[in-house]
Amino acid sequence: MKESPLMRVAALLILAAVGTMFVMPLVWMVATSLKPQEEISTTKLTLLPQDPASAPRYAYENYYAGRGRFVDEKGVERLGYRGVLTSDNVHFVLYLRNTLVVALLSVMGMVLASAICAYGFSKVDWRGRGVVFAIMLATMMIPFPAVMIPTYFIFKYLGWIGTLRPLWVPACFGGAFNIFLLRQFFMQIPQDLSEAARLDGLGHWGIFWRIIVPLSRPALAVVALFHAMYVWNDYIGPLIYLNHQDLFTLALGLQFYQAQHGGTPWNLLMSACTLVTAPLLILFLMTQRTFIEGIATTGMKG
Amino acid sequence: MSTRPRDNLLPRRWPAAAVGLAWISPWVVGFAAFTLLPVAVSGYLSFCQFDGLRPPLFTGLDNLRTLAADPLFWKVLATTSVYAAIALPLGTLVALALAVLLNTSVPGRTVWRAIIFVPTLVPLVATAMIWLWMFNGQYGVLNVVLRRIGIEGPNWLTDPHWTMPSMVLLSVWSVGNAVVVYLAGLQDVPRSLYEAAHVDGASPWQRLRHVTLPMISPSIFFNVVIGIIFVWQVFAVPQIMIPGGGPERSAYFYTMYLYDTAFRSLRFGYACTLSWVQLLIIVALTALAFRLSRRLVHYRGVGG
Repeated sequence: MKESPLMRVAALLILAAVGTMFVMPLVWMVATSLKPQEEISTTKLTLLPQDPASAPRYAYENYYAGRGRFVDEKGVERLGYRGVLTSDNVHFVLYLRNTLVVALLSVMGMVLASAICAYGFSKVDWRGRGVVFAIMLATMMIPFPAVMIPTYFIFKYLGWIGTLRPLWVPACFGGAFNIFLLRQFFMQIPQDLSEAARLDGLGHWGIFWRIIVPLSRPALAVVALFHAMYVWNDYIGPLIYLNHQDLFTLALGLQFYQAQHGGTPWNLLMSACTLVTAPLLILFLMTQRTFIEGIATTGMKG
Repeated sequence: MSTRPRDNLLPRRWPAAAVGLAWISPWVVGFAAFTLLPVAVSGYLSFCQFDGLRPPLFTGLDNLRTLAADPLFWKVLATTSVYAAIALPLGTLVALALAVLLNTSVPGRTVWRAIIFVPTLVPLVATAMIWLWMFNGQYGVLNVVLRRIGIEGPNWLTDPHWTMPSMVLLSVWSVGNAVVVYLAGLQDVPRSLYEAAHVDGASPWQRLRHVTLPMISPSIFFNVVIGIIFVWQVFAVPQIMIPGGGPERSAYFYTMYLYDTAFRSLRFGYACTLSWVQLLIIVALTALAFRLSRRLVHYRGVGG
């Protein structure tokens, strides 16, 4: 059944309008990040700086300029570091390292633990499995703020405040939502395969590693991808648990950068935003199918 | 043929339940340590005065009395409810409309889908800063564009009447997840149903109302439940854009108050009371959604 041409044109127009509105903030972010300070406070709507030929120079200055003379946000010429990546007191390279450390440990722990639990909920037959699974689903309702304060004191008691541990250790116990996703996937793997492996003398551990894990790579990738995004994005966790800027993650560092610079140097703030956002956009473009299909499957089963 | 020699050779067989529990033990331990224990401790602390330094002092129902008489508590409760009541239905409508449009044979649909999805990838802190710039009263793109067409835009974030609309507008920007879920639901609707409706002479609107919506109601339900849970936890974006809720605390949300009470005022006991109230609200609303779903959600066959 085809739509009439009129309806198709209408759909195209609406999508074009909405698409423009959706993409505009990001376009404007990048455009602002490529302009010099004096061109920020204007009411001109240009994507490139007035002198387009010097755009690369502005980009260099905003992102990576070394020590030198520059005009600061108050219009005063002063000596210092100007670029986001070379800032005096905000160390994005360090924050990137911290974020990657947390992401790596946390993703590995999350994927492995969630897969193991999902196996227990799908491939091992035991009485009470359905009830425990239902309880687990219900616990997804519990919001982080409900556990935030006692969790802070538990980590304080353990001496973990001011370390990266609170940000990745809990992930090593799996997450209810990821267990749910993987269980749905494992359920679709025919039981015959496990049975055949069992006859060949494999135990549960062997079946898990040699049959289930290799067959579930796409689902495991989705969990890894989503969790890596979560780590990259998480703000409230680092805000509560980290008290020294040497350990900041990118999300917290970005907010710290804004707090350090106040509201006016929008070109520098947008450069910082671009730096933190770009890796995710690139990751998305590279793994678009996995992403979209992953999100689609999360909503399929009621 | 001798049967299953391996089984007989094994020294002992674990009962199935023990094997199952062993496999799910990571979650059980993690749940006990990072959810059950904290919720229980929070329950106790919610009856205490606790500044984080001295040991908690049990004060009975004092915190609940404070809560009942705390104007700011009622304000954030109202603000968050209003935000939820507008942002959730609006987001659902926009997402459904976009999904329906993307499900037509419109040219370039994968591109549109990607564009609508991309904002959900932007980290919350960056989202907050981008929109601070977009909403800037003087030089923000929004007002510059409005000025071009002869409208003097409001001071989005410094005028107490406009902070809430700003936050709602911003929430629409991240409907991409829901759009993708709905689109997947739409693509699962059997063609034959539409053809049958077409044969019966149903108008496009009737097809939407009587075929599409019932068929994807499980997806809608899923997203609404997720939405209810998350809308009460809105924190990072407003906290960065308008700390303290902006002018006259006009967009001061529940979790912002909870965070400030705990980690700024160091009133951890009272903050635990607030967090328990929040938990109960979420549980009650989710239960309500499930109750309503029995009438409104249509599951195909058994087990959806």
